[in-house]
Amino acid sequence: MRQIIEIPAGDVKLSRTDVLKTQGIPPGNEPPEKVKRLLHGATDIFLEFSQPKGIISDISIPEFADIYYGEGLNEKRTPLGKIFKKASRLALFALTIGEKVSQKIDELFGTNEFALGSMLDSMASVGTDTVADSMQDYFLNLLKKRGEITPSTGTLRFSPGYCGWHMSGQKKLFAFLHPEDIGIFLLDSFLMKPLKSISGVMVAGEKDIFIFEDSYPFCSSCKTHSCRDRIRKLFGKSKPNSKKGMV
Amino acid sequence: MTGLLKEISERLQQGDDEKVSALTGRAMEEKIPPKEILECGLIGGMNVIGKKYKAHEIFLPQVLLAAKAMYAGMELLKPMFIKEGMPTMGKVVIGSVQGDLHDIGKNLVGIMLKGAGFDVIDLGNDVPPERFVETAKREDATVIGMSALLTTTMPVMQRTVDLIKEEGLSARIKTIIGGAPVSEEFAQRIGADAYGYDSTNAVESVKRLLGAKTQ
Repeated sequence: MRQIIEIPAGDVKLSRTDVLKTQGIPPGNEPPEKVKRLLHGATDIFLEFSQPKGIISDISIPEFADIYYGEGLNEKRTPLGKIFKKASRLALFALTIGEKVSQKIDELFGTNEFALGSMLDSMASVGTDTVADSMQDYFLNLLKKRGEITPSTGTLRFSPGYCGWHMSGQKKLFAFLHPEDIGIFLLDSFLMKPLKSISGVMVAGEKDIFIFEDSYPFCSSCKTHSCRDRIRKLFGKSKPNSKKGMV
Repeated sequence: MTGLLKEISERLQQGDDEKVSALTGRAMEEKIPPKEILECGLIGGMNVIGKKYKAHEIFLPQVLLAAKAMYAGMELLKPMFIKEGMPTMGKVVIGSVQGDLHDIGKNLVGIMLKGAGFDVIDLGNDVPPERFVETAKREDATVIGMSALLTTTMPVMQRTVDLIKEEGLSARIKTIIGGAPVSEEFAQRIGADAYGYDSTNAVESVKRLLGAKTQ
């Protein structure tokens, strides 16, 4: 299976709380009117200029092992290094909300519209994550349709540059997946262009394989520990985003 | 401080760029010295904003609205300083390091530095060490600020600090680094002079660096 998925911008359900949190406004704080206006303005621009799309492809465990070990620069011990070997299914993915939003952000900063530009940047980051969540749901549904999951199956995604998987892993990931087909290109620094893009592997398997402590040496320099939230969601809370719009 | 300058400062704090522009124009008509308008009205207002932000009384969007208001006032004042140049707290060269295209964090630092009265030369992103150092030398800047969002590009910070040392410029040019994967410990390890954990902290650190330099 190798599929290109296009998602209408209007179907990307952005979490207002997450966007405001990225702006340093803690949940529960009612933002002032001016900030609300910025939020609305940024939403309009996001809807007009974002072009979310993704690509997903099945990959076997041995094939992924080659991609994962990549250029040999990973940390010695990583959660993904243990988890992927126990997976029932793996899929490589890449997704983006397109270049136009980034151009718009630059344009806003260039015209001294810093607050709107910054709000749009937060929205674009949250939007990109939301598209990734949608793709993860899509992958799970696909497995469901194929009858390849059990009630205790869960999915989690990992990306090069995080949790000990070195950024250089992008090289082999791109050679396998060819995200260029949806307009995502890899730069020499292993960054993707458009900037608001995510790539990685989706792992499906018994939920228990995903349990790990955030006590790896590299965890101490992690400022988000977002793995905790993602594992918690896997074991309980339903995801906030919608699967609507997948074609 | 005159009532007018106080009003400029207050309107700036409210992020009212149109009013700040109008009031700055009025202050100029009333022959208030441009330096006074800048320092007491505009920078004075931004200083209050910086303190409120640090105390978590306001949030980033409000800081940025105030910055836009400050820029609106500064635009009017600029021509008044053509002969002697804008009064400045110092000159800072900033950029996202080579290989890194993320520049929102660096932009915020630049905005806050300008708001505090610094002259900022923004080299954009993907900036190699040589360009940082060459620009600082040519422009007679005293601080280089480097930003990185990727662990893979952090070594460029080290290379820049090393280059400054190699050229014997450590006493003249100070360095400050920041960005998501960067830490105080990393700054110390590579021999950078300061670490800024956010935009307002970066401004304080730059002020400290320049204070230390001139002592």
